[in-house]
Amino acid sequence: MLSKVNNFVVRFANVNGTGSASANYLFAKAIFRMGIPVTPKNIFPSNIQGLPTWYEVRVSEKGYLGRREGVDLMVCVNPQSMPNDVLSVKSGGYFLYDSTKQLPPQLIRDDVNYIGVPLMEICQQEFSDPRQRQLFKNIVYVGALSALLGIEFEVLEQLLSEQFKGKEKLITPNVRSLKLGIQYIHSNYVFPLDIRLERRDLIGDKIMVDGNAACGLGAVYGGAAVVAWYPITPSTSVVEAFEMYAEKMRIDKETGKKNYAIVQAEDELAAIGIVIGANWNGARSFTATSGPGLSLMNEFLGLAYFAEIPAVLIDVQRTGPSTGMPTRTQQSDIMLAAYASHGDTKQVLLFPSTPKECFEMTASAFDLAEQLQTPIIMMTDLDLGMNDHLSEPFEWDDSRKYNRGKVLSAQELEELPYFGRYLDVDGDGITYRTIPATHPTKGSFFTRGTSRDEYAAYTEDGAVYARNMDRLLKKWNTAKKTVPAPFLYQKKNKSPYGMVFFGTSTYSAEEAMDIMAQENITFDAMRLKAFPFNKTVEDFVNSHEKVFVIEQNRDGQMRSLLINELNLNPEKLISVLNYDGMPITAYTIMMQISKNLSPAKTLIYYQ
Amino acid sequence: MTYIRSTFRHPGLPKNELGYTTKEYEGAISTLCAGCGHDSISGCIIQACYELSIAPHRIAKLSGIGCSSKTPTYFLGNSHGFNSVHGRMPSVATGANMANRDLVYMGVSGDGDTASIGMGQFVHVIRRNLNMVYIVMNNGCYGLTKGQDSATADEGSKSKKGSANPFQPVDLAGLALELGATFVAQSFSGDKEQLIPLVKAAIEHPGFAFINVISPCVTFNNNPGSTKSYDYVRQHIEATATTDFVPEEKEITTSYKNGTGTDIRMHDGSYIRLEKLAANRDPYDRMAAIIALHNSRNRNEILTGLLYIQPQSTDLHHTIQTSNRPLNSLGQDELCPGSSVLEGVNGELR
Repeated sequence: MLSKVNNFVVRFANVNGTGSASANYLFAKAIFRMGIPVTPKNIFPSNIQGLPTWYEVRVSEKGYLGRREGVDLMVCVNPQSMPNDVLSVKSGGYFLYDSTKQLPPQLIRDDVNYIGVPLMEICQQEFSDPRQRQLFKNIVYVGALSALLGIEFEVLEQLLSEQFKGKEKLITPNVRSLKLGIQYIHSNYVFPLDIRLERRDLIGDKIMVDGNAACGLGAVYGGAAVVAWYPITPSTSVVEAFEMYAEKMRIDKETGKKNYAIVQAEDELAAIGIVIGANWNGARSFTATSGPGLSLMNEFLGLAYFAEIPAVLIDVQRTGPSTGMPTRTQQSDIMLAAYASHGDTKQVLLFPSTPKECFEMTASAFDLAEQLQTPIIMMTDLDLGMNDHLSEPFEWDDSRKYNRGKVLSAQELEELPYFGRYLDVDGDGITYRTIPATHPTKGSFFTRGTSRDEYAAYTEDGAVYARNMDRLLKKWNTAKKTVPAPFLYQKKNKSPYGMVFFGTSTYSAEEAMDIMAQENITFDAMRLKAFPFNKTVEDFVNSHEKVFVIEQNRDGQMRSLLINELNLNPEKLISVLNYDGMPITAYTIMMQISKNLSPAKTLIYYQ
Repeated sequence: MTYIRSTFRHPGLPKNELGYTTKEYEGAISTLCAGCGHDSISGCIIQACYELSIAPHRIAKLSGIGCSSKTPTYFLGNSHGFNSVHGRMPSVATGANMANRDLVYMGVSGDGDTASIGMGQFVHVIRRNLNMVYIVMNNGCYGLTKGQDSATADEGSKSKKGSANPFQPVDLAGLALELGATFVAQSFSGDKEQLIPLVKAAIEHPGFAFINVISPCVTFNNNPGSTKSYDYVRQHIEATATTDFVPEEKEITTSYKNGTGTDIRMHDGSYIRLEKLAANRDPYDRMAAIIALHNSRNRNEILTGLLYIQPQSTDLHHTIQTSNRPLNSLGQDELCPGSSVLEGVNGELR
């Protein structure tokens, strides 16, 4: 049996729109402040008010940041979901509920410990305003939990004072509510529980932030000047974060005006059109969207690919197809993004797996887009984008300079004997472009989605068309060396088995690998960071007998992409999949892998 | 078929203030059908830009897809052009304009590109009052796919095949008025006298300027029974006034008799001069313009000229308070907040 100190899952069952989010965040942040690795996840409905919503907090001394099945402690303040919530508690676990009303007898399980706290009653006595009664009910249960699990009171107090800086009069009732919860536990229960927290120093200088905020901030640092978007869950907070940071960091000191423009477009077609227009005219520009938006943007992405216009797109993937489960996660836009648009197209993709990488990759996506003169699609997802994650801090090297790619200045145009927009002067497939209004008489050209020759003149000459398509392929090969290389977990291969994963499957893949290593099943592993795949990816697959491709979709899209692009033997690549809309777990990975080991092994995931 | 055009121009061609002749404003030779109304409109755009002495590289020309959208190849060869995707020119123009507020944005579209596939973007670019010229070369049919009725074809109008269009038309000028466009004009490709000053005024207008130009399709929609044929349009045209555009620096020497001339002062001091303004026509009155348009339509007449203007219009940059400097001219120093600011952000996230 594993230690229960700093190693458990708490799940909160709330009604959305009742103010539970900030109380639950307070709980998670307090654990973070106690130096203990913590991973909160929002499991929320596609609804604004009145439906069940859950918040799941995993505490892991070992620093496992993926989701884990099994609830050790359920905090249930939602009568609607209570029957199912009771069932989801692990045997021997705890069920904290509002005991103002008696629990129906059919909800009593012999193998679960019940902790009743009369939340409503306490708040009825303490507060007269109905809204306050509801809001502070949440804080009372955080107080109760702090006593049960051993959260330091000073940490909670400090967090409240930070949260209500400037609104000090709100601190008193919040602290009071915490104390009411604590007192109730002190007078009625034995505490702390066997599952509990102990202060550690495992966080270092890490930060806690969601991936969307990191992307928004990365876009500010990457120099995005024009943002166009159409609101869509779960990408909305990318642009909201950009705006929040830009309002602080991008205001012209003299005029008070904005050194950025945000256009909320009428749809995703217009959003990507605006991004392409702005990039064409020399301003860095991006949009953020999710699957349905990406579907709509396909035509324009083909134009940008063919006319070679930089663009940055952040796809925060959700569960498809169609409207699917808009508030659940998935990695299922891989194929759509990789070959977005009709005709022979290939798009450059980036796969961040942490908020720090969201920041870094978004910032460098603008360099990549201008270097390669093509769209760069960041493939993040709801889990990474909308949940807080423990992350290395953001870094920026002040000596770093934007790479604007091959853009000709007026001076350079003056000195050139002739200019051909699509003339491959350097032999790398990347040609020189000009920004409108650079030079009075030189460098103007006609941008078009129709076929054209090296001098941008319209042509229907098949040979000229094919020459251009071949050059685009040459550029694609250049891109293989330009995009981030995959991360290899080992210097030298040590196993016949390989694991390939990317994005938010990383946390659980690492955990699974760690646990299986304890049973002497070792893997070599590779985390993909970009498409196109380079030689390292090809070599990794070729040098293993079996390669497990871990991803969060039904059809093994990354596996298909690997097979298609690298001409690999499909039998070698085994899919490890999760597509129920919840983040993949180490348990799922281990169970699927164990079936495919030879000889087959029974693996146990100890919680 | 290869077209070769002589590069010879008369040495005595007049020059504008920049020292350019109209040659500097021409484009490649047109590949549209001989007699296409669109080519006349291209000619008007060339003449207007030449007369206004706009440096060609300070103009960006944008279009969607269709015969009309091909025309930017045929004018302003020294300007950057962007032939985008069908119906999406307004969004590309919006992005381009956001990136550099200092250029002239000349958008060209057709009736299919605007009134059908691009209706959404047309509506929203008006709503945002983007500072651009938006010209629709309106021929009531799809030329490139050989003559199908478009959404602006009048009910009962006969196509070349002889069938009458059973649907009501979309009136683009009326729609633009209703949506709050700050400059709405209507013209005919065969009336250069009217169209050139309208294009000039549209360029000078500081917000969204819309010109719906009836431009007959000689190949597919110039037959008897069509309401977009040269003959029909000439017989049914009705002008609001005779229009002229007077640049800022030209002194106004003519004095008008009361009731015969109206000068519209533009933001930069130039004027649009309307002579022989029809009775009861007030170019500042949106409601009157809508009524006049309806009345003309009821009489089967095509009302042309400047229908409405709001001379002190602002634009999208003003609305969202962007920097006075073009955003594409900002350097890394102005765009990137740097490492010390980032340390502060990290601190807030701990």
